[in-house]
Amino acid sequence: MSDKPMIEIKAVNKWYGQFQVLTDCSTSISKGDVVVVCGPSGSGKSTLIKCVNGLEPFQQGDIVVNGVSLADPKTDMPKLRSRVGMVFQNFELFPHWSIKQNLTVAQVKVLGRSQAEAEKKGLAYLDRVGLSAHVHKYPAELSGGQQQRVAIARALSMDPVVMLFDEPTSALDPEMVQEVLDVMVGLAKEGMTMMCVTHEMGFARQVASRVIFMDQGKIEEDATSEEFFTTPRGERAQHFLSKILNN
Amino acid sequence: MNGFNWAELSTAMPGLMQGLGVTLRLLAMGVAGGIVIGTFLALARLSSIKFLSTLAKMYVNYFRSVPLLLVLIWFYYAVPMIFTLVTGDYLTIDVAFTSCAVAFMLFEAAYFSEVVRAGIQSISKGQFNAAYALGMTYPQAMRLVILPQAFRKMLPLILQQSIILFQDTTLVAAIGLVDFFRASYVRGDLMNLLTPYIILAGAMYFVVSSLAMLGVKQLQKRLRV
Amino acid sequence: MNYAWNWGVLWDKTGIGNEIYLNWILIGLGWLFAIGGIAWLIAMVLGTVLGIMRTLPSKTANRIASAYVTLFRNVPLLVQLFIWYYVMPDFLPAGVKNWWFNDLAPNTSAMISASIGLGLFTAARICEQVRTGIQALPKGQTHAAYALGFNTRQVYREVLLPQAFRMILPPLGSELTNCFKNASVASLVGVIELISQVKTIAEYTQSNLEIYTYATLIYMVVNISLLMFMGFLERRFRVPGLMSEGKS
Repeated sequence: MSDKPMIEIKAVNKWYGQFQVLTDCSTSISKGDVVVVCGPSGSGKSTLIKCVNGLEPFQQGDIVVNGVSLADPKTDMPKLRSRVGMVFQNFELFPHWSIKQNLTVAQVKVLGRSQAEAEKKGLAYLDRVGLSAHVHKYPAELSGGQQQRVAIARALSMDPVVMLFDEPTSALDPEMVQEVLDVMVGLAKEGMTMMCVTHEMGFARQVASRVIFMDQGKIEEDATSEEFFTTPRGERAQHFLSKILNN
Repeated sequence: MNGFNWAELSTAMPGLMQGLGVTLRLLAMGVAGGIVIGTFLALARLSSIKFLSTLAKMYVNYFRSVPLLLVLIWFYYAVPMIFTLVTGDYLTIDVAFTSCAVAFMLFEAAYFSEVVRAGIQSISKGQFNAAYALGMTYPQAMRLVILPQAFRKMLPLILQQSIILFQDTTLVAAIGLVDFFRASYVRGDLMNLLTPYIILAGAMYFVVSSLAMLGVKQLQKRLRV
Repeated sequence: MNYAWNWGVLWDKTGIGNEIYLNWILIGLGWLFAIGGIAWLIAMVLGTVLGIMRTLPSKTANRIASAYVTLFRNVPLLVQLFIWYYVMPDFLPAGVKNWWFNDLAPNTSAMISASIGLGLFTAARICEQVRTGIQALPKGQTHAAYALGFNTRQVYREVLLPQAFRMILPPLGSELTNCFKNASVASLVGVIELISQVKTIAEYTQSNLEIYTYATLIYMVVNISLLMFMGFLERRFRVPGLMSEGKS
């Protein structure tokens, strides 16, 4: 854990029309941190993580990612997003492209890499997630778990400084959840800075350095993983934990 | 009904083929121009710039409330006038054909734009998010991810609209342009063989349209899987 | 550009009695509604019957309706109108033929053939709408209806058609406006309706741009009125919970 934070969320407030979805959210994530964001449905955790790479706008406050401020109107958003990797609940591979294309086209068109470079990198990450054999297939031919692993490889191919995960296993059948979690654990152990919205508390216990608990748009708890699991302070967090852990 | 034999047909053939050429050229230009303009209209309609989306909406609503015939006749008068206004020159090329081609392109664009717009809207927002998350800009996301998928989905409808345009080319007779149907009618009238020629022309359109429709249905089946 | 604008052209005298050009427009508009109206009636009746035939279990009924739709949708409207105007009268039985050519005013016979032609053409489109509407209903509806002891006629009349029609009111509205737009094609087979009147006035007065602007406005007003009428029908027949929201 080094000095300058990778992600700084400073007093972020967000409204959808009249309805406030994020209230005074502040936290800081350092390089190498693995932060799990959890909480009940509607707590705003997905919204918060989508604010970090600018997919969702926010009205007040600021988020600074790798030194770049999102509130600054002069910020080059596409450039910022190319350095932040994101994995979605519904995988969102591009169905009209082969796996190879899914891995390489963004590298070429956004980062300006050569086709050869892009292929080398993409295939390396594909191998890393254990799916080299499927390089010429199309997303529809793969299972959910396989698609999600490809999605992770796609994000990694951009050489991001931080990886965001938005409920990566929620849309998967139970038997495929582990293969995706294994990849994420591997990433964490290598020192990737990660922010994960997830219900998978087992994963959190295993690799998370910090846990953020959100409820109704507010960050209720923000503690090291050990503290959170042994002595959660807030009543709502305790309630939530007991429900989750009893499954 | 006598006299409608191969000799008659072979004499008539050059004229008929010329008419067919007009029909096909109008079809090609109308479809190509219509799709291109229609795509821009669809994007304008979906844009967050109020001015653009309202303009596009008005355009589409206008061309969808007036008969094609009116548009064809109007353009026949307007195109040379506008040309003169803009360039100060007089339009020397084939006025009838040019005005029809322009009319078809602009008219069909309104219909194609609705198809394209529905196509774009049917692509889940998650795809946009994924494209943006990779650092793509809006034009890149549109060009590389959204539009290719939208067009694939909307191909059957686009083809259907093209078949309708193919049939609509017959209306150019209103301003005296000789397409395949008019050529058949003129010949039939000339040789007092009106009925056979009209039926022949009808049969030609029927065969081409039905075959095309069958092709579209096959395409729809394959795309569904 | 030497173009003399004359926006008051419709109020100029035509030179025949006290008529102004506006009268000609109104005549054309009247014929437009006549053709459109008659054609729509033919289309609704025939189209509904055909649509039902397409959904019946009987293979023959299916094939006949299918063939009809294929034929009338793949021949251009203009060609169809030409056939009804030029070709059909030759095949009329002697007595009728006599009446057609000698007793009927040319515009009337033209109007009748155009209305029939347009009606049959539009019927094919209505057939597809009705078919889609019926097929969109859950199969359970048909099963439940039969289970209650209804015969086929009753199943359609009491259960399927009332729901199907409510569902297809929006696309039917489109077809209605299309029908009236297509009526303009009748002007190419000798019917004096709106477009031919507009053309004539333009030739007489040379005020092309103004005339066609007025014509456009008239069509837009007609369109909006038709759509408002369909909206009124929608509201009148709306049933809570039945899918009448959700325009595409």
